[in-house]
Formats: sequence, structure tokens, C-alpha cells
Amino acid sequence: MTTCEHFLLCFIRSSPTLTVATQPSESPLELQQLRLDDARALLDHGMVVGLPPPEESPQAYLQGIIDGLCELSLKDPLTGLGNRRNFRAVQDRTIDGVARSGDPALLLMLDIDHFKQVNDTHGHPAGDKVLQAVAKSIASCVRPMDTVARYGGEEFAVVLPNCHTSFGATVAERIRATIETLVITISPNLTLKVTVSVGGAYAPEWVRSTAALWTERADVQLYRAKREGRNRVCLDHQQEIYVSAEEKNLLFGHLALGDPAWIENVSSEAPGGSASGAMQRVN
Amino acid sequence: MADVLTPPVPNEASASVPLKPLGKVLAVTSGKGGVGKTFVSANLAAALAKLGLRVLVLDADLGLANLDVVLNLYPKITLHDVFTGKAKLEEAIIRAPGGFSVLLAGSGMVEYSRLTPEVRDDFLRIMNGLTPHYDVVLLDTGAGISDVVLFAVSLASEVLVVATPEPTSLTDAYATIKVLVGQQKRQTIRMVINQTARLGDGRAITVQLQQVLDRFVATDPARPIKLVHMGDIPADPAVRQAIMRRQLLMQATPSCPAAMAISQLALKLEETVISRNR
Repeated sequence: MTTCEHFLLCFIRSSPTLTVATQPSESPLELQQLRLDDARALLDHGMVVGLPPPEESPQAYLQGIIDGLCELSLKDPLTGLGNRRNFRAVQDRTIDGVARSGDPALLLMLDIDHFKQVNDTHGHPAGDKVLQAVAKSIASCVRPMDTVARYGGEEFAVVLPNCHTSFGATVAERIRATIETLVITISPNLTLKVTVSVGGAYAPEWVRSTAALWTERADVQLYRAKREGRNRVCLDHQQEIYVSAEEKNLLFGHLALGDPAWIENVSSEAPGGSASGAMQRVN
Repeated sequence: MADVLTPPVPNEASASVPLKPLGKVLAVTSGKGGVGKTFVSANLAAALAKLGLRVLVLDADLGLANLDVVLNLYPKITLHDVFTGKAKLEEAIIRAPGGFSVLLAGSGMVEYSRLTPEVRDDFLRIMNGLTPHYDVVLLDTGAGISDVVLFAVSLASEVLVVATPEPTSLTDAYATIKVLVGQQKRQTIRMVINQTARLGDGRAITVQLQQVLDRFVATDPARPIKLVHMGDIPADPAVRQAIMRRQLLMQATPSCPAAMAISQLALKLEETVISRNR
């Protein structure tokens, strides 16, 4: 279930009046009966796109509110990046993908070096500006399919699905170098420069690991980067488990090549086939 | 191996202590789910028990295996209670219908699916406590190649990979073998092909897997990797019937082709693997 679906489900469960609306032809949605003010206020505050007018189409309006809340629930308000909830969801999805496809995925954990000094010396508004600039900078260094999230405080996380070993180190280094050259304007007469330490770990291919374990492995590398003097990238070495197309081809040689009887036998084996279905559940 | 199995801790030296496989412990694994791994574990245990061996099956999927469903057993005390100190190990071991013992994980074990050093230690301690009391311990591991599965397999002296002739199962079995060879430096991996359509299919598949391995996995010539074909279990309607009735095949229809094949598998395992360790 996606976060959006989950959200929607909770929403429906908590609004009994809405259950009537599942058959719109019979009983039209009564927007007035729903308590939407809080949601509306939240969205007015942090919404990206406007809501359609409620009198035009109650359904579209409600959908707009739901979509807006879903979006809001996944965003970090300060930087506009994904928040921790979003990060977790993406990470879980990526782990599933890695276990299934064997395509490697990289997780980067980034931490702004000596960020506390920025806050202490120039105040929290300056700190916020640094966070925003760094966030924007990281986002500009990755592909649209990658997810950049604010992990907490001055720590960021990037999930890069489908990321081969040669590519991962390049991206991590690109982010580090981009931020190193970044000049952040705090006020007309104050600019700041910061650096980041980057730690990264690949999700072990074919292995169904856990999000927590994967994060820990990246974190270990981040601590290493800090220990070794900051403003650097440290990556965990990759597990080389990969089943190539060529290997797969050879594996099924017996199926494809000689013997049509093989395939016939397997597919005509109806009882065996259904037994496999039963075992799917009990295995 | 330590990389996947060990949760990273800042002090890496202490984390990478290699695990010493225990004798007489046989891991049943598959890569892909739904190939009959738990079915094979349970019925193989019954067949081994019939040969006069003291057999224990352990749900090494830590609560995600369905050994309880297959055996129709719902014990009050499980491995989870042993882990949490609520019960003694011997209280959690129960008698299964086929004349063997079972140690079920209990659903609470899911929280242990993150392998912290404490969990590993607990698990090792339990395994060490178990092995002296049995001739063979079967580890029914989970589907996929998770940290827990790899850890469980690392405790076993022998690995039995269950696969079916389907391409998806073969790919996953192959990937599993690659991981085991690469991370655990295993040389011998034993194969059982389930749901075969014809005599000789399993052997052909094993040969095929071996050829692809030889070609794509670089190995030390002094330590070649050997896949050993241990047997086939033919597709048999009696299997489905037994599963639906939640009976052991070895008890429901002991003379059906699949049950006979499992008996033969047990005999072969006894001869080649278990008796050596006794």
C-alpha cells in the first residue's frame, strides 16, 4: 500500500459521512457535513497548487484536499525535500526492488560539517537558509528518479535506485564538490560556505535487507567520513551478486533449446501446477 | 559475509568474527518462496525420523516460516519466549506428528529479524544447546536471501537448496548459490528439485546450474564449487491433497511417488551427510 492509499484509508475510516459517497449516483457528497476546515487551513498554509472551487465539483475538491494532505505529509516544510516518512517509504520500496530485480541501489547519508557553528555564530535564520541552499544543491545533482530527503537536523539522505557502482561514487562526489563551491547568501553583506560529509552503502543485491540495517551501514560510512577529516565521501564496498542476462539465458537453456516436450510436460501438469499454488501459501 | 550478516558497528574489527558452522545442522533454503521449502523440510524430517534418527526442525525464518501451518501446530511456548527469557529451551521444543521435534519461532520473533549482535549470540547459544541432543537439526529458512536467512545458513554444515524447474525459481536458486559461494565460501551445495515432470529433469537442471556457475563465478581451482544433486520430488497430486488437509505427506500417503522420493532423499542424506557427523 502506498502512503497515499494508506492516508486515504485512514481518512475514510475517520469520516463516517464519507462512506455514503462510495455510490455517488445515489447519495451526492455533502461537503458541509465534513469537517474540512483544519485540513483546508493546513493546505492554505503549505500548499503548492490551489484547490478547485468546492461548489464546482465536491468530489474534485475533496480529492484536491486529500492529494494536498498526502503531499504535505511527505514533505519537509523548510527545505521542500521529502521528509523522514517519505524517505522510509522509498527506502522500503527500493529494498523490495533490489531483492526482486537484483539491480543495485545506493543510499547516501549527508551531514553538513560544523553546522552548529553556523547556528551559534549567525543565528537560526541563517542556519535555515544554509539548509535550504544545501537541499537545493543536492537535489540538483541527482536524477529525477532519485529521492532526496531531510533525515533530520542538518542530515540529508539520498536513495538512488538502479545505481551501478561506477555511477554511485561519481554522484556522491558530485554532490560533495557542488556544495563545496556553493556560496550561500544570507544577507547583502553576509555569505557563507559550508561542506558536507557523505557516507554511502549499497543495498546488497538479491538480499532482502532491512531499512534500518541499510541506513546503519551508510551511517557507519558517514562517521568514517567525519573521522577522516570531513568534506569527503566514504562508500561501503559493494556486494557483487548479480545474475546477468547471459547467465539467465544459459540457465534456461534446457527450457528454450532442445526439447519441446519439456515445456509441454510442465504446462500440461495441471495437478502439479495447482500444488505449487497451494504451497505458495504454506511455504 | 560479515558485511551482510553483521550490523555495522563503528568498531568493525569486533563485528567480523567468522561463524563456525555447527555439525549435523542442515539448512534448507531456496531463494524463491513457494517452491515447497517448508513442505520438504517437514516431510524430510519425518522420513529421517523413520530411519531412526533424532530430528529437530527449527523455524529459522524467525516467525515468518509457516512450519506451524504445515504441521498444524500452535504451541503456547515458542522460541520467542526462550529469547525473552520467559521459558526454557526444552519447554519450547514440541513433538510433531511425524515423530520428530519442532522448535517454532512464534510471531513475536519478527522483531528479531534485525540481526543485532545480541540476537546472533542468542541464536548461537540456542543452536549450541540443541545440537548435542539430535542426530540432525534441519533449519527451515525463509524465502529470499535476507540477513536472517544468510545467518541461519551460516550456522549449518550443509545446505540443501530446493528449486523447481521454473525459470524464476532457477534464477533465485542460482542467485542464492552465488551468495553462499561468495560470502560463505561454501564449496558443496546440495540440490533438491521439487515438482519435476520427468525422470532425470532434476539432474539435468543441476548440471545446467553447475555449468553456469563454472563459467561465471571465479573460483580458486583448488577449491572448486560442487553442486550435488540429491534427488527429485516428482509433481504429484497427493502433495496438494496432503497440504490442503494439513497433513504430512509421509503420513497421509507414504507410498505415493513424491513420498517415496522424499524417503530416498532421506536415505541419501543419511548416507552422505549425517552418518559422517555422528
